[in-house]
Amino acid sequence: MNFGFSEEQELLRQEVRKFLDEQCPIEEVRRIAETPDGYASEQWKQLGELGWLGLVIPERYGGSDLGWEELVVLLEETGRTLFPAPLISTTLAASAILASGNDAQKERWLPRIADGSCIGAPALIEESDVLGPAGIQLRGEPDGDGFVLRGEKRFVPDGAQANLVVVAFRTGDSEQDLSLSLIETSATGVSTEEVRTVDRTKRLATLKLDAVRVGPEAILGRPGGAAAAIADLLDRGAIAVTAEIIGASEGAHALTVQYAKDRVQFGSPIGRFQGVKHPLAEGYVDIEATKSLLYHAAWALDASPEDVAFSASKAKGLASEAFTRIGVTGIQLHGAVGYTEEYDIQLYLKRSKWARPMYGGEDYHYDRVATFGGI
Amino acid sequence: MDFNFEPEEEAFRAEVRKFIEENKPESFNPYGGRDQAVIEEWNRKLAEKHWIGFSWPKEEGGGGGSLLEQFILKEEMSAAKAPPLGSDFMGLQWVGPALIRHGTDEQKQRFLPDLLNSRSYWCTGYSEPDVGSDLASLTTRAVLDGDHYVVNGSKIWTTAAHVAQNIFLLVRTTTEDETRESRYGGITCLLAPMDTPGIEVRPINSLIGQHSFNQTFFNDVKVPLENRLGAEGEGWQVVMGALANERSGISESTGKERELEALKELARTSRKNGRPVLEDPSVRRQIAGFETRISAMRLNGLRYLTKQLNGQHPSSETSVNKAISNSLALAMSDLAMSFLGSEGQLAGAEQLRSLAMHGSVIGGGAPNIQRNIIAERILGLPKD
Repeated sequence: MNFGFSEEQELLRQEVRKFLDEQCPIEEVRRIAETPDGYASEQWKQLGELGWLGLVIPERYGGSDLGWEELVVLLEETGRTLFPAPLISTTLAASAILASGNDAQKERWLPRIADGSCIGAPALIEESDVLGPAGIQLRGEPDGDGFVLRGEKRFVPDGAQANLVVVAFRTGDSEQDLSLSLIETSATGVSTEEVRTVDRTKRLATLKLDAVRVGPEAILGRPGGAAAAIADLLDRGAIAVTAEIIGASEGAHALTVQYAKDRVQFGSPIGRFQGVKHPLAEGYVDIEATKSLLYHAAWALDASPEDVAFSASKAKGLASEAFTRIGVTGIQLHGAVGYTEEYDIQLYLKRSKWARPMYGGEDYHYDRVATFGGI
Repeated sequence: MDFNFEPEEEAFRAEVRKFIEENKPESFNPYGGRDQAVIEEWNRKLAEKHWIGFSWPKEEGGGGGSLLEQFILKEEMSAAKAPPLGSDFMGLQWVGPALIRHGTDEQKQRFLPDLLNSRSYWCTGYSEPDVGSDLASLTTRAVLDGDHYVVNGSKIWTTAAHVAQNIFLLVRTTTEDETRESRYGGITCLLAPMDTPGIEVRPINSLIGQHSFNQTFFNDVKVPLENRLGAEGEGWQVVMGALANERSGISESTGKERELEALKELARTSRKNGRPVLEDPSVRRQIAGFETRISAMRLNGLRYLTKQLNGQHPSSETSVNKAISNSLALAMSDLAMSFLGSEGQLAGAEQLRSLAMHGSVIGGGAPNIQRNIIAERILGLPKD
């Protein structure tokens, strides 16, 4: 039993913090968020050089050969500073290829993801708030040894930035009859259209597929056999987003605590008043609880797969609920300045709007927790 | 990270399970109606295994159990709904650890064996009629007179004072100006036999009519100097270490798991307007939220345990689990009562439990006090 990060993992955290402090302070975050791409390609290249884009990719494919615990460390830090980059999306694309891809697919894509020359994104959802198999209605029409896809995927994270999308589609009527395919966004018939997000550090797009042919070389795993892989991808997405939520919650909470110490009203710092300090204490309790759930879920991914779904849903359920509250508390305790563009707390509130439904909000995840818990 | 236990720890878990299987009294009801002889037999067998005072060092008569073994022992006992590890909760929870840390050899020899063999009960004199959560403002005074202290004042909420042999007593020994520093510095800890002349115990009934706590009066009570625990003026440190023990909450999650199972069972059999309450998504969601937080409590416990194993002291962090536990107790009870509907008006067992729940939430620090502790000691916000 050892429920703590190793020295190497803590060292990684320090390195990531140093990089983000130097390369992407909050002024830079604000600047990048207003650019068309929403990320800085120079920084993206640096992340590749530092080995952080291939954190969970094996060494023989050019990765750092680490695990999801290390990924959690990285994402907590990028969440804390609201670092804008298609990091989670690309890591999930790599995870899908790692889990279901054949050697040729791994050799083709993983080294390019690890060195930063390929941005990936999962394209799973078609309808708001329908995450399960029922939400995947895009149909693959049989076409020789492959399929032809006609339709749309919505809420695709970093879809307009991606070179490669991992598209879920249906090959039969049975609920579980699902497939995953690798589609290059430069291919004929593929287009992406960015939709404007509240949180400009996070981008979403609609992916349009107009008679796009998917050959056998582009199918991940067995056609019609991807239901478990898609479920795994959604769980990994929930865990990755929870890690960024933890960092962002701590970031928002630290800003608010500092404000409560500095702001003087009625002759005293407002943090002395119980009406101010109690919601901050509750935020701390929520962050601590979510951290424990997150770390357990990340550990389970590599060490105890049968626990993943239940623990991922507990973590993301509480994270979605708590971060939303921490964002609101942050604005309210800042008072009028919290409503201004100038103060950074609003950036965290906006991040909570992105993070809450991403790979399932608390309604979706608590429903799963209830089912796993036998009710 | 590794959430698996080592083979020797798993072997210890198997030993505990076997012990429970062979020795757990069948008739034991965790909510009352305890059979004294059955419990005495249980305590005797526990004492043979050194599982009462399991965390205490072997040279003090304890079990010398590692932190992880303690975790396993408590978790298994709680999961099996076994009777407590020894009957004297307060004595074992904080009087014993305080004696081991601050006591003289003579004090240890006098008090520890009785504690370990369930031959004594302790009560605790912290709160006073005008002193609740702000413990440092206590006014019960002890004046040194030759080889003894003379104590005058009154303590309240003294649980078990009517059955206890000894009281773990917090008194004021200085009369300096009550600035913040001297408020803490002027407090001393005394150990007094309850049959000392001048001690009077008056019962206070709880809101469910139960007599478990009292008001205890001290009228020129002479406590020998050798009964002082720690140095004069060091009582605050003695008691803070003891309260941290109370708030450690490492095994609280198993108790909550059992309450959750009972709540789920109630949910499965409850109907509203002729329809099962579980058809209501908000009910499912609330229960899932409880389950999530209970898991978080267990994992928090393990995370803080890891810190302890690495030589750090999880001081104020233990307030986190107490805070979660409090919110859960209130919310779970509220949902259970909503299931009962009109039945909630009747004086049944579930209804009485929901009333008695308030005692356990307030005991050991009311919810807003936990929030103050977290805000001030962890977040560094200014004191009230």
